[in-house]
Amino acid sequence: MDYILGQYNYWAVIVLMMIGFYIVIAHGNLVKKLIGLNIFQVSVFILFISLGYLKGGTAPIYSEAYTAYASPLPHVLILTAIVVGIATTALGLALVVRIHKSYGSIEEDQIHKMDQDS
Amino acid sequence: MSTSHLLVLQVVIPLVVAPLCILIRKQALVWYVVLAVSWGTLFSAYRLLMQVLGHGEIIYFLGGWAAPWGIEYRLDVLNAFVLMIVASIGAIVMTYAKCSIIKEIAEDRVYLFYTAYLLNLTGLYGVVVTGDVFNMFVFIEISSLSSYAMISLGRERQALMAAYRYLILGTIGATFFLIGIGFLYAMTGTLNIADLGVRIPDLENTRTVITALAFLTVGISLKFALFPLHGWLPNAYTYAPSVVSAFLASTTTKVFIYVLLRILFSIFGTTFVFDIITLDRIFLASALLAIFSGSITAIYQTNVKRMLAWSSIAQIGYMILGVSLVSVTGLLAGIIHLFNHAIIKAALFMCMGCIFYRFNTVQLSDLKGVGRYMPWTMAAFILAGLSLIGVPLTVGFISKWYLIMAAIERDWWWLAFAIVAGSLLAVVYIWRVVEVTCFQSVTTKDHPEANQPHMKEAPLSMLIPLWILVIANIYFGINTELTVDVARQSAEWLFGIK
Repeated sequence: MDYILGQYNYWAVIVLMMIGFYIVIAHGNLVKKLIGLNIFQVSVFILFISLGYLKGGTAPIYSEAYTAYASPLPHVLILTAIVVGIATTALGLALVVRIHKSYGSIEEDQIHKMDQDS
Repeated sequence: MSTSHLLVLQVVIPLVVAPLCILIRKQALVWYVVLAVSWGTLFSAYRLLMQVLGHGEIIYFLGGWAAPWGIEYRLDVLNAFVLMIVASIGAIVMTYAKCSIIKEIAEDRVYLFYTAYLLNLTGLYGVVVTGDVFNMFVFIEISSLSSYAMISLGRERQALMAAYRYLILGTIGATFFLIGIGFLYAMTGTLNIADLGVRIPDLENTRTVITALAFLTVGISLKFALFPLHGWLPNAYTYAPSVVSAFLASTTTKVFIYVLLRILFSIFGTTFVFDIITLDRIFLASALLAIFSGSITAIYQTNVKRMLAWSSIAQIGYMILGVSLVSVTGLLAGIIHLFNHAIIKAALFMCMGCIFYRFNTVQLSDLKGVGRYMPWTMAAFILAGLSLIGVPLTVGFISKWYLIMAAIERDWWWLAFAIVAGSLLAVVYIWRVVEVTCFQSVTTKDHPEANQPHMKEAPLSMLIPLWILVIANIYFGINTELTVDVARQSAEWLFGIK
């Protein structure tokens, strides 16, 4: 029991990761795929952030009052990764807009059919 | 100015100039600016390579913070060589790009192409020079995002879907890479590659480290399209503008294979990766599958660019085959093929760009007798094709030679035969193009407008860069001193012999 509850952050990460990955693979709608990709990325962000957490730890302030410090580095890394994720989503959505303009659809199977026919 | 500053300028200059391109906007002017940056960085890459060969590693601390606390840029023989490959292809493709781009990209988007090109160059240079895994991830994403944008600039609407597909798979690959970095950081508390290389061997039998290796390898393999993970590549290279195909086919995959080598050799070390996990067997299987399925699929293509894309998948197989042989000779063959394949594939895609420039198509059935109108382009195609096959006196032969030597060293004769068989398949698909373009006659039915004034040789601004690459194909096939020496030094260094 302790094994399951004590590491609940990792379980959350795994569940989110699988949900995201499943959406990317299983959905034919291009926007939903991007949403799935986002959930997938967010799970990794949570993995990083929870790595830096320490029970009772504070920010690394040099003072007599504090002894346990949580690592701030993963947070900084994830700030960068979030920016990368936003750029990816923005580019992906921009592509979907242009796909919709030229195909009139954002369903993968319909687009595939149009490409086959032409 | 000391050489170590060149290391950081290599990355910073294209990054700073990229947004300037959006401000300048004027097509002709932007081209000159980007051309200057490409050749400037080539010059500095050459200086850096010479410095590394003469005086050993160059280390640069960003902001003066010493590693492992700060980010360091570290240049040794291997990445100096890869840097040189990227910079020289970048400069030559940019020289070629001017006419081809006007033909293949809508006029109001040309400046955006140049911006994306510089950002891509920034990303690739960054991946190569950095000595920090997280920094590497960010640069991988800079180069990938800009390549999605460049692919989507293709004229046909399929280009958009190709870019979208690449974006989804590329992002999954990058996120896997990020997960791997997270596990490594959780175990060691460091992101510096050299520091990781010191700390990981003590922790090797933990499940976290093994998982990290799995995520990093699969993630980066998705990026360079190792056999079962190659789904995005054929469409991306087919529908992208020719300049973009030439550039991506000869630089991105090479840089990501370099990242793989860094992860396997510099972080995890050969004993762990090859003796304990036996990753070499997986690589051997997927390399052979890549070589045969890639070459055989290439034979059946009707679009020449798609044929070249499938041939790229096969050639990636050769590079990974070199890694999977786990010997200095094998790795040497893999590393030297990074360079050789870069100049071969760039030349072949540039030929297709020349043909598209005059004929508006690269469908094989529409290219009957093209050789009559474009003798220089097709001569270049034949020479680069011979090099791809691996005929003596071309660079392709050098790669195949060392690969076969490495196979024989391990007494794997069947593998030596398999490599030769793979080359024979390349003969088939190259010959198909040569036969149609040079030996089939043009009938008025095929070309209703035959003998029109526009059906002539491509402009000199495209032919000269193309022929520079073709001559390099032959020069480095005869005078192998520089390339083999550098590749051997890198391979020995990766195996820790020197």
